[in-house]
Amino acid sequence: MNSTVIVFPGSNCDRDIAVALEKLNFSNKMVWHKETDLPRSDLIVVPGGFSYGDYLRAGAIAGKSNIINEVIKHANDGCLILGICNGFQILTETGLLKGALLRNKNLKFLGKDIYVKTINTENQFCNKYKKDEVLKLNIAHNEGNYFTSKDHLKELEDKNLIPFKYCDKNGNINEEYNPNGSINNIAGIFNNKKNILGLMPHPERMVDQIISNNDGVNLFKSLLD
Amino acid sequence: MKITNAVVEKHGLKPNEYSKIKELLGREPNLLELGVFSAMWNEHCSYKSSRIHLKTLPTKGKNVIQGPGENAGVIDIGDDDAIVFKIESHNHPSYIEPFQGAATGVGGILRDVFTMGARPIALLNSIHFGLPKHPKTKSLLNGVVSGIGEYGNCIGIPTVAGETKFNSTYNENILVNAMAVGHAKKDKIFYSKAKGLNKSVVYVGSKTGRDGIHGASMASAEFDKDTENKKPTVQVGDPFTEKLLMEACLELMQGDSIISIQDMGAAGLTSSSVEMASKGELGMEIQLDMVPCCEKNMTPYEIMLSESQERMLIILEDGKDKDAKKIFEKWDLDFVIIGKTTSTNNLTLKFENKIIGEIPIDALATKAPVYDRKWTKTKLPEKKIQIKDLKKIKLEDALLQILSSPNQSNKDWVTNQFDQMVMTDTVQKSGSDAAIIRIHKKEKAIAVTVDSSANYCKAHPYTGGKQIVCENWRNLISVGAKPIAITNCLNFGNPENSKVMGEFAECILGIKEACEFLEYPVVSGNVSLYNGTNKKNIHPTPVIGGVGLISNVYNKMSQYFKKNENIILQIGKNFGQLYQSIFLEEIYSIIDGPPPEINLSNEKNNGLTVLKLINDKLVSSVHDVSSGGLLLALAEMTFKSGYGIKIDKPKNLSNLMEYYFSEDQGRYIVEIEPSNLEKVTKILKENNVFNEIVGTVQKDYFEVTGQLKINTNELYKINNTWYNNF
Repeated sequence: MNSTVIVFPGSNCDRDIAVALEKLNFSNKMVWHKETDLPRSDLIVVPGGFSYGDYLRAGAIAGKSNIINEVIKHANDGCLILGICNGFQILTETGLLKGALLRNKNLKFLGKDIYVKTINTENQFCNKYKKDEVLKLNIAHNEGNYFTSKDHLKELEDKNLIPFKYCDKNGNINEEYNPNGSINNIAGIFNNKKNILGLMPHPERMVDQIISNNDGVNLFKSLLD
Repeated sequence: MKITNAVVEKHGLKPNEYSKIKELLGREPNLLELGVFSAMWNEHCSYKSSRIHLKTLPTKGKNVIQGPGENAGVIDIGDDDAIVFKIESHNHPSYIEPFQGAATGVGGILRDVFTMGARPIALLNSIHFGLPKHPKTKSLLNGVVSGIGEYGNCIGIPTVAGETKFNSTYNENILVNAMAVGHAKKDKIFYSKAKGLNKSVVYVGSKTGRDGIHGASMASAEFDKDTENKKPTVQVGDPFTEKLLMEACLELMQGDSIISIQDMGAAGLTSSSVEMASKGELGMEIQLDMVPCCEKNMTPYEIMLSESQERMLIILEDGKDKDAKKIFEKWDLDFVIIGKTTSTNNLTLKFENKIIGEIPIDALATKAPVYDRKWTKTKLPEKKIQIKDLKKIKLEDALLQILSSPNQSNKDWVTNQFDQMVMTDTVQKSGSDAAIIRIHKKEKAIAVTVDSSANYCKAHPYTGGKQIVCENWRNLISVGAKPIAITNCLNFGNPENSKVMGEFAECILGIKEACEFLEYPVVSGNVSLYNGTNKKNIHPTPVIGGVGLISNVYNKMSQYFKKNENIILQIGKNFGQLYQSIFLEEIYSIIDGPPPEINLSNEKNNGLTVLKLINDKLVSSVHDVSSGGLLLALAEMTFKSGYGIKIDKPKNLSNLMEYYFSEDQGRYIVEIEPSNLEKVTKILKENNVFNEIVGTVQKDYFEVTGQLKINTNELYKINNTWYNNF
């Protein structure tokens, strides 16, 4: 499977996702933000970091960059797109995903391990997970507090477009275990066609037992199927 | 502008120093030249009070590639890998403007590391604040922690270890020390020494503004009532630009364009140009109107003294400027040739085609003043308090009070504001004896830690100096690393005060002896003097940053209990020494007597034997016993482990408090499988290491027979409350 990782000035999880993709047998290429062409890709990853220093608003400038027009075209043609952390923020800035990521509810940067519950496994990104499986993932963000309109929230819930929700280690979804204040404990969302996934936790940090665990592995394995 | 006495004083120079300037120049300096002298001759850049003492530190060893004197120290960790590291203070700016002060402290130390060709792989910090109830502490703590976090998080280097402490001595002068660690190829280390005549001197990075002018001079003076007005001398950080600068420099370093490179840190363009020329015994000519500026009408004086961040000076090989420029353009950074190396041995400053300043380089560097300041010895303090006369307290109450105190509380509130995992090589995060970072795509790893013991150093600087090196060494041993070398950040008060100068001299003596004995050389460091406000000096606070090597990351050790019914062994002797302990300070508000004694040969023997046990896979967990003593160490081993302990009262020591809270040095707790007990005791006996069984691991409860029994979750909760309620 051919993957492409977009690199913006200020991206800093680009190497991490490339390591994870290569470890899981993706054939990966890195593409610099000033490029105007994308290589043939089955998966495009918009990685975490602080693109353009997150100046103006997290993801705002990257959302207007050269390469992002190509990403939008590919997305509309059905290519799989994965936005992690800053990548999720960028995807909402482009309009590929609806809603916005606000400052964390405690107004502080949050770098810690959290738990998410797998809500929807019938899609290209999560088919190797079991429904209701609890995963321990890592978050590292200032703006991860997902917010959207009432109508869109209803649509997300009704159409099963929320693959992961924050929970406690037993899978209970409640406000106490909502690290950043996200509406309905949302950790990640799909677009309507479910070919675009944006999520705040970092699955690429969970593919190596010696540093963490293997809870992120099945996301990449699902994509390979 | 006429150089009057008032102008000289405003530049932080003493009358005798000004006379020396006139003598070296053979004339009066103009204002620009005076500014350059003041930037180079202040304490921060010249080390004039500390130099003669620093020279006594051991700096060589079989793993040392580069000792002090460069941007950072470099050690050999085998194969073609080198580790580059250094610690630096940003105390004064952080007190004036905590967020930017702390952020730029991180930015500065990162530049020191990547300037040498290393990709930074870890950040550490040691931060000291006044008492929690002091009105400024809360906002300083918030600002410093978020400033440190912001820089590391944004640039994408994990902040993996550190210490946060509170003590009234820092009420009006906090300490913010940041350490950076990088990985380089042994044959691709870059140095700052200029070479060759007429070589291009290139300015890269951010544009120059008026921020931070005279920052280094500000950092070389005590605070007074005007401190608040010093805000404009604090630099403003831009981690995004630093990320670009780092990537651009590392990309350029892949080739062979660079002769030498130096970051513009304290005293900006002045110190970088002078240091490069001085090391190369060359002159340097700079066209100040070529320097990219972000503010209008900047004067040569302002350009030379600005401490704008994220800038570098590079001396390029002939004919390489086009290729080099292309790299910096890719990263949208300035790249301008602003001067050249010369044979004059002068720093020649030109503006609008006129020479506006000319100073012999050696007058600024090698001939800068060096002082052998008067110093007095500190006697070993007497014991004024009799432990047996203290009002009795229940063991449980004492433990809970210590666990919930600000200094011993769990620091997740701090470390949760740091990205500890970016770069995905963090094998062990903060909260343990040392953090562990894997070398990218290899099986080996390094362990890193920072430590300080201000109370011990205040009570007896010589012992304190030794202790802190030992504790740092012990922390690395505890995670299974072979300690290799240290960097030190020496935070002290006013060196013109002979008592303070004595604290400095004796701490250095202690550090020297411990480093020599443990074969643990000093490869880099930083001195921060004049820490104090209105003549009140801080406690002597040397901070030690240590780096050790774990040849196989799968052999790393952690401090958390692993298995029910395993045996808990205390290694090293417990003499029941409570003076200068956390116990006396927290329970009775007593700070009295001498610090615990240091026996270097026991320290080394115990440590190397523990390392052998780890390497032979005979122990399941290891933790060093430090502040708070045995009971606190045991409590820390239960946290997050899911296990508790069951221990019996000691047989020999009659006073329970002395046994459980003493801070005798050279001690470790190890957890062993019952089946390994025989082998372990044999090795310990062969090596003459004192040890005793203190109890066993059990489920759920932290229990001292007949004294206390607490659920471990409850214990952990108590340890976690203080920060969340502050």
